[in-house]
Amino acid sequence: MSAAGQYDAIIVGGGHNGLVCAAFLARSGKRVLLLEAADHLGGAAVTREFAPGFRVSACAHLLHVMPPALMRELGLEAHGLKLAAASLPSVALAEDGRHLSFGPGDLAALTSAAPGDAAALADWQAFLKRVARALHPLLTETPPRLGTDAWRDRAALLGIGWRIRRLGRRDMRELLRIGGMCVHDLLEERFAHPLIKGALALDAVLGTNLGPRSPGTMVSLLYRVAASQGADVLALPQGGLGALSEALARSARAAGAELRTGAPVARILVREDRVAGVALASGEELAAPIVVSNADPKTTFLGLLGPQHLDAGFTRRVSQVRSRGFTAKLHLALERLPQFPGLAEAALRGRLLVAPSSDYIERAYNHAKYNEFSERPMLEVTIPTVSDATLAPSGKHVMSVIVQYAPYTVKQGWAAQRGPFTAQVLATLARYAPELPAAVSASELLTPEDIEREFRINGGHWHHAELTLDQFMMTRPVPGAAQYQTPVPGLYLCGAGCHPGGGVMGLAGRNAARQVIREAA
Amino acid sequence: MLRHCRFIKPLLLREPPDPTSFRPRDLQELLFLGKHFHKLGEARMYDTMRFFTMSCADMLEEYFESEIVKAHLSGSSIIGTALGPRSPGSAYVLLHHYMGSIDGAVGAWGFARGGMGAITQALAKSFQASGGTVRASAPVEQILVRGGRATGVVLAGGEELHAPVVVSNMDVKRTFLETVAPEHLPPEFVEQVRRFKIRGSSGKLNIALDGLPHFPAIPQGSPSTRGDMHITDTLEMVERAYDDWKEGRWSREPYVDMLIPTQIDPTMTPDGKHYMSVFVQYCPYKLADGEWTPEKRQAFGNTVIDAIARHSPDFKSLILHAEIRTPKDIENEVGLTEGNIFQGELTFDQLLFNRPIPGYAQYRAPVRGMYMCGSSTHPGGGVMGAPGANSANAILRDLGRLQ
Repeated sequence: MSAAGQYDAIIVGGGHNGLVCAAFLARSGKRVLLLEAADHLGGAAVTREFAPGFRVSACAHLLHVMPPALMRELGLEAHGLKLAAASLPSVALAEDGRHLSFGPGDLAALTSAAPGDAAALADWQAFLKRVARALHPLLTETPPRLGTDAWRDRAALLGIGWRIRRLGRRDMRELLRIGGMCVHDLLEERFAHPLIKGALALDAVLGTNLGPRSPGTMVSLLYRVAASQGADVLALPQGGLGALSEALARSARAAGAELRTGAPVARILVREDRVAGVALASGEELAAPIVVSNADPKTTFLGLLGPQHLDAGFTRRVSQVRSRGFTAKLHLALERLPQFPGLAEAALRGRLLVAPSSDYIERAYNHAKYNEFSERPMLEVTIPTVSDATLAPSGKHVMSVIVQYAPYTVKQGWAAQRGPFTAQVLATLARYAPELPAAVSASELLTPEDIEREFRINGGHWHHAELTLDQFMMTRPVPGAAQYQTPVPGLYLCGAGCHPGGGVMGLAGRNAARQVIREAA
Repeated sequence: MLRHCRFIKPLLLREPPDPTSFRPRDLQELLFLGKHFHKLGEARMYDTMRFFTMSCADMLEEYFESEIVKAHLSGSSIIGTALGPRSPGSAYVLLHHYMGSIDGAVGAWGFARGGMGAITQALAKSFQASGGTVRASAPVEQILVRGGRATGVVLAGGEELHAPVVVSNMDVKRTFLETVAPEHLPPEFVEQVRRFKIRGSSGKLNIALDGLPHFPAIPQGSPSTRGDMHITDTLEMVERAYDDWKEGRWSREPYVDMLIPTQIDPTMTPDGKHYMSVFVQYCPYKLADGEWTPEKRQAFGNTVIDAIARHSPDFKSLILHAEIRTPKDIENEVGLTEGNIFQGELTFDQLLFNRPIPGYAQYRAPVRGMYMCGSSTHPGGGVMGAPGANSANAILRDLGRLQ
C-alpha cells in the first residue's frame, strides 16, 4: 500500500452526490480524494455529445430538486453555474391541439379551459406548499433509527411528529390520509380535466416502477414537492446538467478535495474488520480510514466490498433492493425547431408532457409489469436549445425525451427491441408534432440497460433504488445502512440509493458528509 | 406472517386514536401504539414498516421462486380489493386475510357447519339471550335527527321507532348519503363520505352440482379438493385479471377461489349432491360498456364456468343450477354499496384512524347519539366482528356504563 496516511477519506464515484460529499468533507478539514471511473466527472448528471455538434444532458435533463440553500452553500454560481432558463412552464399536450399550459403562478390558460380545475390546482398547490415546508427538513437530515435509546433518534422522531402536528388539524389529517394513496384516486377527487390529471400524475410516477393507480405514488409526488419546498422551479443550466457537475467539481476542488478521473475502483479494502482503503482496477492501492461510496448499494456491497465482509441476512436484503430502472432517455438531433400544431413557438421553452390522461399512463405502465415497453409511452420532453443555443450547431436543435415505461428487462432483449421502441416513441411524438420525424438527423436511445453500463448504476435506475414507502427513510436502501454508515466500520454510502434519493438533489451527499464528520469527531 | 399477525392482533379490538387530538385518551392510545411497535425491537420494526407498505408480489418474490406458489399465495392479497398483486399495500391485504384464528390457530380458516349463515344465527341467539330484540323485514328508510341528536328511525312502512342511541351497521355511504338528511351533517363530512372508496371488485357463483366434479390434476382421493382450490398459476395472470377490472370489464381469466364445502358438511345439500362456492376476482361494479344486464351477468358466469371447466372436464355436465352474483347484485341484495365486501377498500388512506373518515374513526357519527359499527370502520370486514365490539365499547363509554 502506497503513501499510507495521505488521505482521511476516499470517495468512490464522482456523481453529483459524490462531489457534494467531497466538497463538504474537504471543507471540514479532511484530506479527501475522489475517484471517478469515467474520464469526466458528474456521473449521470453530465452533458454528452450524442451526434457531431449536438450535446444534451445525458440522464436528468432538468434541475428542480436541488435546494437553493445547498447551491448557495456550495457557491455554485461563483463556480460558474448559470441558468439558461428558470421557472419553466409545463405544457400538457393534447392530440387535438388544445394543449394546456400552466406555469408557476400562471394559471390563465387553465382558467379559461377549466375554471374549476384552475381553482382546484391553486388550492392543491397551496396545500402542497404548506406540506412541503413541513416535510423538507426530513430530507436534509440523517433518518433516525427506530427502537434505539439514543437521544438523537428519539429527538428526530419527535421532531417529525411535531412538524406534522404544526400543520394544524385539517392539513395534518389530509396529509395522513393521502400519504399512502395512489395519485389517481386523489386526482379523481380534486380535478376534472384529463390533461391536468395526466400532467400531475406524470410528476408522481416519473422515475418509478409505479402507475398512477399504485398506492405510494403520492409519496413520490410529495417527495418531489418537499425537495423543491413546493416552489415550481424547473430550470435548465446553461450547457446542460454537465455544467452543474462542473460547478460542483470546482467547488469541491476549491475546498481542497483532490478529484481523479479515469480511476475505476475495483475493490474496497478491508483490514481487521474495518475499511482500509481501495484498490483501483490498475492494481494501485490507496489507503484511507474512511471510504464513502457514491455507487449504488448493490455495486457497493455485492461488487466493490464483497459479501464475505457482510452477514448473510444483510447480503440478502441488499440483493433484494428493487433497483431496476423503468425509464429510458431518447435524444434527437433536429434540423429545425419542430412545430406542434396549436402551440406557440414561445411555449417550446417549457416542459412538454405527453400524458393526456391518468388512464393513458396506467395503460403505458401495464406493459412494464409484463416486461414489455409501453406501446403508447408517457413522455417528458424538453428542447433545451430553445433557451441554450450552445448545445447544437447554429439553427439546429436538440430534443431530450424521458420515456416511460421501458423496463430494464424486456422480452426478446433490448438488442432486438431498441429499434421498435425508438420507432414507437417517434410515432407517439408525431401525434403531436407530425413533421418532427422528418427533422430528425440523428438519435440516441438510452435504455436502463445502457444506463447501467454507461453510468455504472446497477439496474439503471435513476434513484439507484426504487423510491417507495418500503425503501424510504430508515429502510433506504436497507436497514443497517440507512444512516449512511454500513456494517463495515469506516465505510459509508452517499449516493441516491440512500435517503433522500436521487433526482440531482445533492442532499444524500451532504447528509452523508455530515454523518461522517459527526462520527469522526 | 405469524409474527405480523401477532403484531396486529392486539390492535384490532381497540379504538383507533385520533393523531391530531390532545385528549388524554387519544394520547394514551397513541402511546400504546408506539409502545406496542417499539416492543418489536429494531429489526422487526423495519420489517413491519416494509411489510405494511410493500406489494404482495415484491414480498412473495423475496421468499419464493416457484411461480405457482407465488400465484397461489397472492390470492388473499387481492380478494375484495381494487388492487393487484403488484400494487403497494397489497401485502397488508394478505395479512388481513391471515389474521383470524380458529381454536387458537392463528391464520387458520374453517367451515361453519351449515354455512356462514350459522354464524349470524348464533350471533342473533346470543344477542336475544342477552335481552335484545331482532326484527327482520324492517328496512330502515331514515335516521331521525332532532336538534343535532339522533332520536330514532323511520321504517319503510312509515313506522317510527325512537331511541336515544342509533347505531348503523350499514356502510358509511349508505348511512350518511341515503339515510341521514344532509342538513344534519357538516358539508365537509358529507364530501369526505362521497370520496370514500368502496368500489366493488368481486363476484360470486353458487353452483349446485349433481356430483363431485373430477379434477384430473388432483390425485384420486386427495384431500386437496376439500380446501380452497385456485386455478391461477402465475402472478402475471392475477395482475392481468386486475388490468381488466381497471378497464371496466370482468377478468377474461379471473382469479377463482372455489370450495366444495359439502364434502365436509353434507347438511347443505340433498344426499349425493354437492354445492360449490366460487369467489371471483375481478368483477367491476360499473362496466365500461354500460349497465349490467342479465345477458352480461350470464356472460360473466360463463367466463368463470369455462375457466373452471378447463381444469375439470366433467364440471359443466354436473351443473344443476348456477347462481351468478355481480357486485351490482350484491349491492341490490345485501345492501353493500357497489357490492364491496369490506364496506370500503383496505388501502392506507382508509385504515386505522383514517377509517372511514379522518377525524371520525372512533365509531361516533357527527350527530350526537349516532354511531357506526359496520366494516366501514376500523379494523374492517371479513366476518371479524371487531368493529361491532369496538363500537359497543365506545357507546357504553359514552353512556358512562363502562369503567
